[in-house]
This record gives sequence, C-alpha cells and structure tokens, in this order.
Amino acid sequence: MAETIIDVKNLEHTFNGVRAVRGISFTVREGEIFSFLGPNGAGKSTTINVLTTLLPLQKGTVRVADHNVAQEPEKVRRSIGIVFQDEVLDRDLTVWETMEFHGRLYAIPREERRRRIDEMLRVVELEDKRNERTKHLSGGMKRRLEIARGLMTAPRVLFLDEPTLGLDPQTRMRMWDYIRQVNEAGTTIFLTTHYMEEADMLSDRISIIDHGEVIASGTPERLKNALGEDVVYLETENDAEAREVLDRLESIRSITESPRGLSITIDEDGSHCLPVIMDRVRGAGIGIVSVNLKKPTMDDVFVHYTGRELRDTGRTS
Amino acid sequence: MAWEFLTIYWREMIRFTRFKALLFSSLLQPALWLAFFGVAMSSNFDRFASAVPAPPGVFPVEYLTFMAAGVIAMTTLFTSLFGGISLLFDKNWGLMREMLASPIPRTHIMIGVSLSGMTKSFIQVIIIMVFGLLIGVHFFPGYTPLQIAVSVLGILAFVGVFSLGFLLFSSIISMRMESPEGLQGVITLLTLPLFFVSNSLYPIQAFPPLLRALSIYNPLTYLITGIRYFTIGSDFFAIGARYTYTPVDILISFAVLVIFAAVMYVLAWQTFRRAVVT
Repeated sequence: MAETIIDVKNLEHTFNGVRAVRGISFTVREGEIFSFLGPNGAGKSTTINVLTTLLPLQKGTVRVADHNVAQEPEKVRRSIGIVFQDEVLDRDLTVWETMEFHGRLYAIPREERRRRIDEMLRVVELEDKRNERTKHLSGGMKRRLEIARGLMTAPRVLFLDEPTLGLDPQTRMRMWDYIRQVNEAGTTIFLTTHYMEEADMLSDRISIIDHGEVIASGTPERLKNALGEDVVYLETENDAEAREVLDRLESIRSITESPRGLSITIDEDGSHCLPVIMDRVRGAGIGIVSVNLKKPTMDDVFVHYTGRELRDTGRTS
Repeated sequence: MAWEFLTIYWREMIRFTRFKALLFSSLLQPALWLAFFGVAMSSNFDRFASAVPAPPGVFPVEYLTFMAAGVIAMTTLFTSLFGGISLLFDKNWGLMREMLASPIPRTHIMIGVSLSGMTKSFIQVIIIMVFGLLIGVHFFPGYTPLQIAVSVLGILAFVGVFSLGFLLFSSIISMRMESPEGLQGVITLLTLPLFFVSNSLYPIQAFPPLLRALSIYNPLTYLITGIRYFTIGSDFFAIGARYTYTPVDILISFAVLVIFAAVMYVLAWQTFRRAVVT
C-alpha cells in the first residue's frame, strides 16, 4: 500500500463560534487522486485552507507531505501546489511574468525556473501566449495557466479547488487529461468539485463531507454500489409471467410493473445480476424485447448522503 | 542573506511601469504643484516678505525655493501613504493567497512593497528637483558638484527613511481594511493635518502654541528640516523667519525618522504575522 501523504486527524475549526469543521479525519495516499466533496458550506474550503496553511490549525493534527502544518508550515508550503477555486491571476502581468513571479516566490534557481516555465507552458499549450497579459486569456487558458503555475514547483501534492468550474465541456475534458497526466507523473491530487461525474471519473478515492463531518468514504465504485439501487428495466413478451419467474430470485428487492415493462430494483451489483435475470426469463420461455440497466451515479450517491435541501447560498464552502 | 523581497519588488515595479498613463500622471503631478501653486504663491509671498528684510549677513531665500522643499516632502508623504494600497488590492483580488501560501517569509512581502514605494518616491523627488531648477528654484546655492552630490544623497536618505515609515503605516491599514474606500477615507483624514501642521509651506515659528506642539510630533516636519538643510543650507531667511540648523539638529531629525520607521516596522510585522487571508 502506498504511503500516506495527507493525514488529518480530528480536525476542528470554529469561526466566530460556528463550528465549520467538527472533528474530521481522513488520509490521502501518495500518488492517488483524492476527491473531497460536499455541498456549499459543508466545511470543504476551511479544511483546504488549513491543509494549505492559509488558516491556522485550531484543533486536531494535520500532516501534509511528512510535515505538521502547525509546526512546519513553510516546509508544507514548499511541498504543495494550489489552484484556487476562484481566479488568482494578476490581470496585468503577462503569462510568462505570472510564471516567473511564482517560480521566484518558491526560490527556484533562475536556469531551472526558466526551463520549467518553458516546459509547463508547453504542457498546457500556452507557449504562444507567453507575452499576453492574463486579462486577455479565455477562461480555459487562465485555468490552464493556473494549473501550469501550480505544477511548476514540482509539488508532491497539488490541491485543485474546483478546477473546471465554469469551463465548457471540451475544455473540461482537456483539463481532465492534464490532471491525469500530472497524476501519472507522480503528483498526488487533492480535488474538490461540484461536478460529480468529474469526481467519479478521476478519483481513486472520495470522501464526502457535510455539516463539518466526513459522512462517506471509499472508491467511486464502492460508494455507488453501496447504495444498492441498481435498477433493471425489462420489457418482455409477457411481463406478468416474467415477474412470477423473477419473484423467487433472492437478490431482487422489488419489482414494479408498468405498461412499458418491469422495473426491478436489485440489492447487489446489477451488472452481475443482469445476466442471471435474463437467463431465468429466457429459460422460462419468455422472449425479451428490451433491457436496460441503470446504476446509481455519483450524483445519486451525493444526494443520498447529503439530502436534497438547499444550502446557504451566500457562503462558498 | 535572504533576497526574496526582490521578487515582490520586481512585480511591484512591473505594475508601476506598466500603466503608462498612471506612471506619467504620478510623475507629472508634483511638478504641476510646483509650477502652479508654487509660482502663484511665491509671487504673492515675496511681495509681503520684502516688508521683513533679512537681517544683515543672513542669506535670504525666495518663497519658491522655500516651498519646493515642502513639495518634495508632500509628494513623498502622499505617495507613501497610498503605497500600501497594492496590498489591499492583492488581498481583495485573492492574489495575496498565492504569496501567503508560498514559502516566501511574510516580512519579505511588506519589505518588497515598501522598497518599491520608496523607489517611486526617489524617482518623483528627482523629477521635482530637476523641474524646480528649470523653473527657477534656487537649490544648492553656490555648492560645488561634490557638495551637490552629497546633498542629493542626504535628501534621498531622509526621503527614504520617511517613506518607509509611511509605507509600512499604509501597509498596516491596508491589511486591516476591507475596502479601498475605507483606506482612502483614513488617508484623506490623515493627510490634511499632517501636511498643514508642518513647516512645509510656512514657518512653524508663527503657529499658535497648540499647533506648534503638534508639529513637533509630525514626522513631516523632520523630513522638511532635512530637505531644507541639504537644498538651501544651515542658515537662511525666508518669509519673515530665520532658519538655522546645526549638524546635531539634522542628526536628531534623521534619528526621529528612523525611530518612526522602526516603530512602524514592528507594528507592520505584527500585523503581517497575524494576518489571515483566505
């Protein structure tokens, strides 16, 4: 098993008497893409701010890249890269100056710095924009620049706070490619997002927090399967008969009949159950007209754990 | 030796030179003060002043030259008081987070911003002096080139320390304020008493006792003393008052400015150390 690179134990944080984070614990393993999900106001940003040393640690222990954030914040800062949720670009600096400034902040020696700037700009395909002021870049280019900047210091952990917010689908898919590339090159990714399919597609593991507490953790597959709500839609030549045949199957929770066929809710992984169902129905001599399997999405998982009510819309989480 | 503050300095100077219109106006404004206010006032004051002639043997100085030193000081004061505003913008636009989350020590952020503000003041001061000489300010009367060089260095030393003090002060307010409007309000409130309760435009000698007492606590008074000493001399007569400065007076003035800057540094350091920007 890979080593732990982020270790959070009983983290608590209070703002003006409001407990924004109420004793959360989780670990991130070196080399993985870890998603940290939760509704607005759940305590995500507070947690990230403590992890990235922007907020002082109040209670609990947090270790990032082998250093304690309370005792060695500078060493933590050297080991991490951050792409903030909202745009953090000086509008009046050029692309190259933005990178140069960042490299100097991290005291990367000149030669090395220039080399990395060239390399990173090539990776995010902004080479021909190097003398363009950042205010003239499109939303996607800005985001790519911020990712390039976050990566130029070769961090062990890259924090991506809503990296694809407000981007069009093409740019977003491109962004996923970059994130995967970066991760394959060895950087651990700590991701927050409100796009559940993004978390689903990218993450090795996910934690969902709400009301300042971690309420679910696991791989995307496990989280989805744990809902146990795979549904098979089955249309046959004789639905009533098919239903009788299937009623005896143990893994089926319930069957409802509708004019368009049967919808069958299954307790276990639907993809394993589906062939069994089809065999049974065919075995009974009933022809199948159509079949459809719907597995729960990360959206279903998210809503299952965090409920449907709207959260405080004024504050970002 | 840690040179990280140069990074912040570098960026501040890029910003300063990038906006040509802003750069131009910030350089032109003090020259305009001197050109209009200076020339208008001096044509009036010199008329009255002739009613009080200089005592025999004392070097008389016309008003334009007298107040030119005040304009240098005023420009330095205004530029420095607003110098910290870039920190407020950094904070409000989120750019501060990039710096605070990086390994650069926080003190270097404030030092870098302050040194860039000091550089801007230096540039302005040189421009005012050159422009002043062109429109008839009699700085450095009878000085040798070496004396002029020493005097200019002396002026820059005074201006440098003074501007650092006020830049740090401005940084403290910027770090504590939420909006540029708030900062503007505080600074406007401060500039008037600072500027007028000083010897920038007229002698302190004729002030009522309270204003006179206040002027002693005004760093601007000490800056102007230093500038007049280096630009005009140690014994001169202007708008009805005689000015004599001994080298000890000048050292004391400089020391006051150094103490002021040091106190501001400590306060700024405490503000930065505790600052939380998310």
